[in-house]
Amino acid sequence: MTQPNRIGGGLIDRSKEIKFRFNDKHLKGFEGDTLASALLANGQRLVGRSFKYHRPRGIFTAGSEEPNALVQLRTGAHQEPNTRATMVELFDGLRATSQNHRGSLENDLMAVTDWLSPFLSAGFYYKTFMWPKAFWEKFYEPAIRSSAGLGRLSMKEDPDIYDKGFLHCDLLVIGAGPAGLAAALAAGRTGARVILADEDFQPGGRLTAETLEVDGMAGADWAAQAMAELAAMDNVRVMIRTTVYGAYDHGIYGALERCTDHLADSGGKPRQILWRIYSRRAVLAAGSTERPIAFGNNDRPGVMLAGAVRTYVNRFGVAPGREVAVFTNNDDGWRTAADLTEKGVHVRAVIDCRDRAAPVQLPDVRHIRGASVVDTVGRKGLKSITLTDGQVLPVDCLAVSGGWNPAVHLTCHQRGRPEWRDDINAFVPAGSLPVGMAVAGAANGSMTLAAALAEGRAQAEAQISDLGFTPVQAEAPNAEDEPHEGVAFWYVKESRKRAWLDQQNDVTVKDVKLSHREGYRSVELLKRYTTLGMATDQGKTANIPALAIMAECTGKSIPETGTTIFRPPYTPVPMGALAGRSRGKDFRPYRLTPSHKWAEEHGASFVNVGNWLRAEWYVQGDEKGWRDSVDREAKTTREKVGICDVTTLGKIDIKGRDAGAFLDKVYSNTFSTLKVGKVRYGLMLREDGICYDDGTTARLGENHYVMTTTTANAVLVFRRMEFARQCLWPNMDVHMISTTDGWAQFAVAGPKSRDLLRKVVDKEFDLSNEAFPFMGCGEITVCGGTPARLFRISFSGELAYEIAVPARYGNSMMGVLMEAGKEFGAAPYGTEALGVMRIEKGHATGNELNGQTTAYNIGLGKMVSQKKECIGNVLSQRPEMIREDAVRLMGFRPVDRSKKLIAGSHFINKGEDAVMENDQGWMTSVAFSPNLGHSIGLGFVKRGHERKGEIIRAVSPVHGTEMEVEIVSAHFVDPEGERLRG
Amino acid sequence: MIINHPLLGPRDAAEFVYLGDACLIDRPDWQAEDAMERFHDYGYLRDNPAGEHRELWYHEQGDRSWLVVTRNTLTHEITHVELARDVARERGRDK
Amino acid sequence: MRYSAFRIFMEGLTGNKGWKPAWREPEPKPEYDIVIIGGGGHGLATAYYLSKEFGLRNVAVLEKGWLGSGNIGRNTTIIRSNYLLPGNEPFYEMSMKLWENLEQDTNYNSMVSQRSILNLFHTDGQRDAFVRRGNAMFLAGADAELADAAQLRRELPFLDFDNARFPIKGGLFQRRGGTARHDAVAWGYARGADSRGVDILQNCEVTGMDIENGRIRGVQTSRGPIRAKKVAMCVAGSSGRVAAMAGMRLPIESHVLQAFVSEGLKPVLPGVITFGAGHFYVSQSDKGGLVFGGDIDGYNTYAQRGNLPVVEDVCEGGMAIMPMIGRARLLRSWGGVMDMSMDGTPFIDKTHIDGLYFNGGWCYGGFKATPASGYCYAHLLAKDEPHPVATQMRLDRFRTGNIIDEKGVGNQPNLH
Repeated sequence: MTQPNRIGGGLIDRSKEIKFRFNDKHLKGFEGDTLASALLANGQRLVGRSFKYHRPRGIFTAGSEEPNALVQLRTGAHQEPNTRATMVELFDGLRATSQNHRGSLENDLMAVTDWLSPFLSAGFYYKTFMWPKAFWEKFYEPAIRSSAGLGRLSMKEDPDIYDKGFLHCDLLVIGAGPAGLAAALAAGRTGARVILADEDFQPGGRLTAETLEVDGMAGADWAAQAMAELAAMDNVRVMIRTTVYGAYDHGIYGALERCTDHLADSGGKPRQILWRIYSRRAVLAAGSTERPIAFGNNDRPGVMLAGAVRTYVNRFGVAPGREVAVFTNNDDGWRTAADLTEKGVHVRAVIDCRDRAAPVQLPDVRHIRGASVVDTVGRKGLKSITLTDGQVLPVDCLAVSGGWNPAVHLTCHQRGRPEWRDDINAFVPAGSLPVGMAVAGAANGSMTLAAALAEGRAQAEAQISDLGFTPVQAEAPNAEDEPHEGVAFWYVKESRKRAWLDQQNDVTVKDVKLSHREGYRSVELLKRYTTLGMATDQGKTANIPALAIMAECTGKSIPETGTTIFRPPYTPVPMGALAGRSRGKDFRPYRLTPSHKWAEEHGASFVNVGNWLRAEWYVQGDEKGWRDSVDREAKTTREKVGICDVTTLGKIDIKGRDAGAFLDKVYSNTFSTLKVGKVRYGLMLREDGICYDDGTTARLGENHYVMTTTTANAVLVFRRMEFARQCLWPNMDVHMISTTDGWAQFAVAGPKSRDLLRKVVDKEFDLSNEAFPFMGCGEITVCGGTPARLFRISFSGELAYEIAVPARYGNSMMGVLMEAGKEFGAAPYGTEALGVMRIEKGHATGNELNGQTTAYNIGLGKMVSQKKECIGNVLSQRPEMIREDAVRLMGFRPVDRSKKLIAGSHFINKGEDAVMENDQGWMTSVAFSPNLGHSIGLGFVKRGHERKGEIIRAVSPVHGTEMEVEIVSAHFVDPEGERLRG
Repeated sequence: MIINHPLLGPRDAAEFVYLGDACLIDRPDWQAEDAMERFHDYGYLRDNPAGEHRELWYHEQGDRSWLVVTRNTLTHEITHVELARDVARERGRDK
Repeated sequence: MRYSAFRIFMEGLTGNKGWKPAWREPEPKPEYDIVIIGGGGHGLATAYYLSKEFGLRNVAVLEKGWLGSGNIGRNTTIIRSNYLLPGNEPFYEMSMKLWENLEQDTNYNSMVSQRSILNLFHTDGQRDAFVRRGNAMFLAGADAELADAAQLRRELPFLDFDNARFPIKGGLFQRRGGTARHDAVAWGYARGADSRGVDILQNCEVTGMDIENGRIRGVQTSRGPIRAKKVAMCVAGSSGRVAAMAGMRLPIESHVLQAFVSEGLKPVLPGVITFGAGHFYVSQSDKGGLVFGGDIDGYNTYAQRGNLPVVEDVCEGGMAIMPMIGRARLLRSWGGVMDMSMDGTPFIDKTHIDGLYFNGGWCYGGFKATPASGYCYAHLLAKDEPHPVATQMRLDRFRTGNIIDEKGVGNQPNLH
């Protein structure tokens, strides 16, 4: 027979049968089932194994608080570990497998740990595995690691896609139970923008699980009616399958919508969407979570929360057992007995720890007053329970109710502390709630249906009125205040057997007592020592009973003992959803240079420079390795002419009467004296006197400068200059705009560069050395009227220019320059050849200006003016920063010219040990110089300027090498700079 | 967090870049006798209060205003937002 | 009570009734030789080494909450000594050596696991910097190993080698790096210090300092005044607030660092891995959770919680280097308040007040430093001179210009 435990009623669609698999069993359920309800319908009681003792476990709850029924869902790359069966919507073809066992679920070899449990009490591992020392990493730890953990990742890339979205609303209502529905209706009717979110696929909260009535109709029907009204409102967005998982600052909430998890296949649609909800106000109506009572062997499959039993019976038409007992400390547990009886499921007894009359008259149900369950039998499925008086009741399901905990989690995400209420024996929201949040219904400790409906509406109306909306008069829904009294009763003292608190992590009452005995008495220490509440359910059912037991041990009250801190997320959120689309190639955006297309078409290989992609070299003909290309490019540039896209350098247009004076403040050297039509190299310091950035700045007009920055610092320099402009010298007449993306800029370098440019630059502009000398600049036109800027600056050390055209002409400009250069043998060059030539010229770049070096270190100390106000000049003069024995930037070449220098080598004097005390400095940059025919390097070495010609060792222990190098000038090529002035 | 920009209205804090204590506006006189000591304090010492903090945020993905935001470092509540330029002028940072 | 497998066996046979408290809960004495403010990892380690190595036992540790409630209780548990600068590397290497013998020393299994740490690099410039760093580590007696992409592909095939925005070019391993069970570190030190006579006073918040004529005389606490010859601040995260009681302004800002743990998973990651083109570092705990973090939120705060942009940024970094974690779920997040110093380097120093000492500014790297910080602070307290590996961790280094800035980002704490 299929679905032997299926009974009548429920919110499932019996016309839609669904096939699924659990381990190797082929089973059937109905649309509207969860995996848990379908498993129960099929009589599958054993569904998993606990973390530490590998105890057989069944389904304990009907919601996201589930500690036991965790499965691996789906297969292959879609495999998803630790999924709560209680939250999985059944779909056709679903495959689930149980986890955390060796051998089969039924016969788990690791269950031996259960027999060893006397030796595996809380924190046992802190007291052993210390001898012999070497065994920890070789033996003990690998053994612990392999047995720990729950589900498995597929180790394959997650094939699904995830989206992110942003929503704004006047009122966010969290939870679509009675309080949430009442709140959303009240707010929605005013016309306010409302978002109603619920983690379930079936809105209604407990209304779907109870037999209570609203306005004379079944609760579920009333919920459906309310949903229909909300759905008709344009100003209301209802989000089912959406968990609001975190409350963040200023009314921002994080929410996860599961879009296709209920489908066999996502069909290319996003699996989930991570929403950031900006709310002006919020009503938290998250309901409450039932808690268990701890007694001996209370973890057997078949022991369930009483409210969950009602959910399965009423919502899913499933009897979790055929012979049921109820164990309760409150009136609510009685409703389980009443509902089961009503459905024709036999209730053998209600065991009420209170010695008082029954709150509900159930003539066919035995009432055992003032008694408790002390033990159970049935390793893989409950068979009987034993009571305090020794009598044994044969049952296959025990419904346990220890009272309800308001779901205060989100109220505490900003470190608010809840407050204890003796009348309901639970913590309720208190003190500083997240700004704009109100709480309604069971989440607020209003434990009856009538109270939830009334409070939901009242809180929403209060919130919305504050925002200027007028509540609409409407009749209040009518419901009763069901009995809900209970007593504080946490665990059965008479039990001699282990009584579980945290079922997933296997934390028992004894562990809490041991924790107390050993001095781990604060709630936080208890949690950390025993691992209580650290499992995937975050202790939603475990923490409060454990806290109560610790309070009893210490003789303090529960509120004095305190509570642990609730932190986001409320329920776990997949990493994929949190990352969204920012993964793989889309992890960060690409910035492409204007000539990117041309470069692609001409054999360029690209390299990441920040978010930019730059051509690193161009492969031509039969060049085999990158060195072939780079050597050719560098040589061609030095001998003929080379062209390089240098657009990525930051470009800032600076205008205003005080532009020059302003530059004097942000640069360490002076710019106000620069003549119009001239360019100057500038060095920028941080306020702490360390080199920050360098570049050239041109004066195009009396009140107009154009600054270039390094590629890496383009954004940061602009930011700092805005700081200087707005915060430090706010009255200066100076304005700036970043034009990095506005101008395509090309270096045209080499002895033939002038000849090349003469073919491109319009004839009226004289490029002769006299008219346009080294460090000259001007606004010109090219190609018959296209506006351009020309700078005669040189990074390569050759006669060179940089020419800028509006970015939209960049790609064609590259083509034009190359075409014009054909007769001179021009070659495009990439960042590698650029790097080779700058090392040959001893120019410092990122490896040298690494944020740790001073102007003094790089030999530019004289550029730091002490005669004017500028950023960084004061602190640059601190004694340790201008020590005479400080490192200085020098050039290096291998004594054996055939050797290859290694960047990152450290310098050690000959005859000294390679230890930190003898460290003389380090090699920053190296390259093979095709012009010199050997390896060259730049580096910092102590007192370097006094040590030219000295032989020193460059050691690189990570490569296992060292070599002798000679300290030389950093200017390897044309040290006098004659070429660039030619 | 949401910063209520005085010109642009409420904006997500993710649009901004944070610098630090608004005392960074009060850059010392470089010609003072004890300039080095003053710059040391300016550059390195902070009140770092647990409570109300006036601090500099830069609207980099917006209008590039530097703002002085008064925010509580215990609750993150923002009580006041001003243009840093106005604050700088009020504090006498003239040319 | 000595911990051992034999003891566990005997206790197991007799119902685990014989375990004794790991530490006493003493009443404060009116006076101590040394009062340490802060019962976190560093404070407890200081007390431990004072009592064990320097024979000073008339010592109290004052903790405003429960012991270990500071950042020792909320971090990503990484231990390593892969620093660059001479002011740092010998100190962290000393710490590593103390880690390597910690369990045997304290008789408490803090699960020091030298499962390796790997820093990935993605550009030539990063490689050059890591070579320099690896060599500096060798020069200081530590270990380092440079790996190219091919080797990484063999060792860690699940990293994204083929579809990455910033392709992995290689990495620098420190095989001796790894993780430790953070709470157990605090507990081991607490138990060791307590057994040597140190009073650990929980729920004892310092509310004021008694300073006369430039000399510290004691502290006011929520459990009454306590006199002391020396008072040692050790409250990273709250340094600003405590130092203010002594009228001190510090080169420190308080920032929040969020950290995260996933649901328990069967073993996935062998060691610690850090991303070089984004902010992400991750390891897997012995229980199976992926423990990971990234950048600080970046604004001054004393609230132990952060905001969503950083959460998402961290997870983006994770998915960028190991896209197989997409279906693992983030289970828990937390926020710790960090003493972000002005150059990213901590302080272990005397203050301008006689008898008052300062230990703080650990940024988000304090956990790995716990043993050496405790040892060096104890050395300073006992001998009034800095330990040789901590001579540069001075409060006056910004006056002299001896900045120890590993990242090279300058005097802006939120960038370190």
